[in-house]
Amino acid sequence: MLGSGLLQGLAVTAKNLAGSFHDPTRYVTTEYPEQRTKLPENYRNFPFLVHDDPADPAGTLRCVACQICEKECPPQCIYIVMERDEKGKALKRPKVFDIDISVCMSCQICVEVCPFDAIKMDQKYEIATRDRFGALLLHREDLSKSNAYYHQIHPTEAAGVDAALAEQKAKQAAAKAAKAAPAPKAAATTTTPATAATAAPAQDAAISPAPAAPPPATAPDTPAKPTPAP
Amino acid sequence: MSAPAANAMPLLERLPVALRDACTGWLPESWRWLANSLLSIVALFVVFATLFALLTLAERKILGRVQNRPGPNRAPLPFLGIRTYGLAQPLADGIKMLTKEDIVPRGADRVLHFLAPVALLAFSIMTLAVIPYGRTLLPVELDAAVLYFFAAGAATELAIFMAGWASRNKYSLLAAMRALAQLISYELPLLLSVVPVVLVAGSLSTRVIVEKQGEWLFGALPQWHVFTPWGFAGFLIFLVAALAESNRSPFDLPEAESELIAGHLTEYSGFKYALFFMAEYFGMCALSGMGVTLFLGGWQAPFPALGFIPSYGWFAAKLLALLFVFMWIRATFPRLRIDQLTRLAWKFLVPLALVNLFTAAFWVLSAGWAGPFAFARWVVAGALVVGPFLVLGRRLSTGLGPRTYRYA
Repeated sequence: MLGSGLLQGLAVTAKNLAGSFHDPTRYVTTEYPEQRTKLPENYRNFPFLVHDDPADPAGTLRCVACQICEKECPPQCIYIVMERDEKGKALKRPKVFDIDISVCMSCQICVEVCPFDAIKMDQKYEIATRDRFGALLLHREDLSKSNAYYHQIHPTEAAGVDAALAEQKAKQAAAKAAKAAPAPKAAATTTTPATAATAAPAQDAAISPAPAAPPPATAPDTPAKPTPAP
Repeated sequence: MSAPAANAMPLLERLPVALRDACTGWLPESWRWLANSLLSIVALFVVFATLFALLTLAERKILGRVQNRPGPNRAPLPFLGIRTYGLAQPLADGIKMLTKEDIVPRGADRVLHFLAPVALLAFSIMTLAVIPYGRTLLPVELDAAVLYFFAAGAATELAIFMAGWASRNKYSLLAAMRALAQLISYELPLLLSVVPVVLVAGSLSTRVIVEKQGEWLFGALPQWHVFTPWGFAGFLIFLVAALAESNRSPFDLPEAESELIAGHLTEYSGFKYALFFMAEYFGMCALSGMGVTLFLGGWQAPFPALGFIPSYGWFAAKLLALLFVFMWIRATFPRLRIDQLTRLAWKFLVPLALVNLFTAAFWVLSAGWAGPFAFARWVVAGALVVGPFLVLGRRLSTGLGPRTYRYA
């Protein structure tokens, strides 16, 4: 009959109107600034850098400035400059790490390619700003966030990453111990001139036998002319 | 406002008239009518302007609730910063409207462009004058009040055409044309649905029409027109036509924003725009008030035992209920297309209203039937209402069933 559909429609809206006063499923709006819904764990928007010690964020960044993410980034919004000491040796940490989040498309490719678990996706969405250019270019200090924060926003993923890192570290330690056992003489021959030549850590010297090539007789000359940096 | 046997009524009932007399009683007799009329105009304007402010809020709240959201609830009271569930929203809207720039297009007819909202509001307020708000509250008592009401109401469409024409804007002009087409289509069923009431009451005076509905069947049941077969059908036709006359959804084609930007309001800004809205709500209030007067017993109480509540209270309750129905309909139905709109009027509402005229004539002629004939009277009148509705309803949608799509 003509009009029965109209009455059905009116009944639907009347149910919604009455239900909005007592039925939470019919009143689904959250009043945003005061009430917030919990974000799903896998929500992501822009990347951030993980550091391990909040007391020294710049020193304990996991990033080694390998620039893989910079090269992979499809919209090319990452810019990295590696930090070097005064002699030009790479210090394996970024001096500059910028992400232009006005360009970033939240694809997560940087996270996927990072071999050091150093870059992860953030959940901070209140990033509106009055400055179109400067404020949307995030620098190393803005991007650096603690591992505890990472645990807070992505608990499951972060736990997995921590476990993998611990396993890797244990494996490295085991490999080092195994390597240290059969090569004590090599270490003994190289350590004495190397200490004077370079202030590099012992493990570097152990891995590369190149500095051991000059004979001990020429040792007094070498400090004046250091080996060129790679 | 006439006050017959004023002292016989309870205090609340004669309070408005007593207040008016206290204000103007000291004036000489020859000046009193003028003061009384001015006072009525001021009272009407204040009451309905307040109602307009609250209705805009109520409409947005109701629409929000229907759509599972709270509606406006953030505007704080000025200087206090207290949120009162959005009660300060009309105030905020008003201030916003007043502070907006008033833009007149360079090519517009400046005089008409200015005059259109003013004329619209004036005609809308004029329609409010002949509605009996209570037993003693009838601002202007006219013998041909119903005629006057619809004449003034139809003039509002003229103002809309003025707005569309003066704006020098294609969308505005199209909207104005549509408004005229809509007016001509729906003025007919609107008037034809009212004619039976005049036929039965035997008067064009709104006071008489309301008083005729004041009798009780078996001493308890109200004798409002809506409780008769022809009155019920007439009320529904009146409701649909009133929705179209006041340009309300689902008949808000003149300002169909998906097709015409904002229709005749496209070139209006600031307070002129607010005046259009005010006039729309005034028109809606006037048509609802007329519907209450003609079909829902006006200011009469629904039961004799409830007579202690003053008559204007009953009128207000019925008016608000009808306005709520308007908003409920707006929250439910999508907008019609222009051909659907005119087809509904010409192929459905006009024939039904004409048949309804015969039903009412039968009702008047069979007024003396008693006993089993009284039952037969209800059956015949009911068949006269339902039969044409079913037949015409089927005809209306033949050939317009669910559309099937064939892909090549």
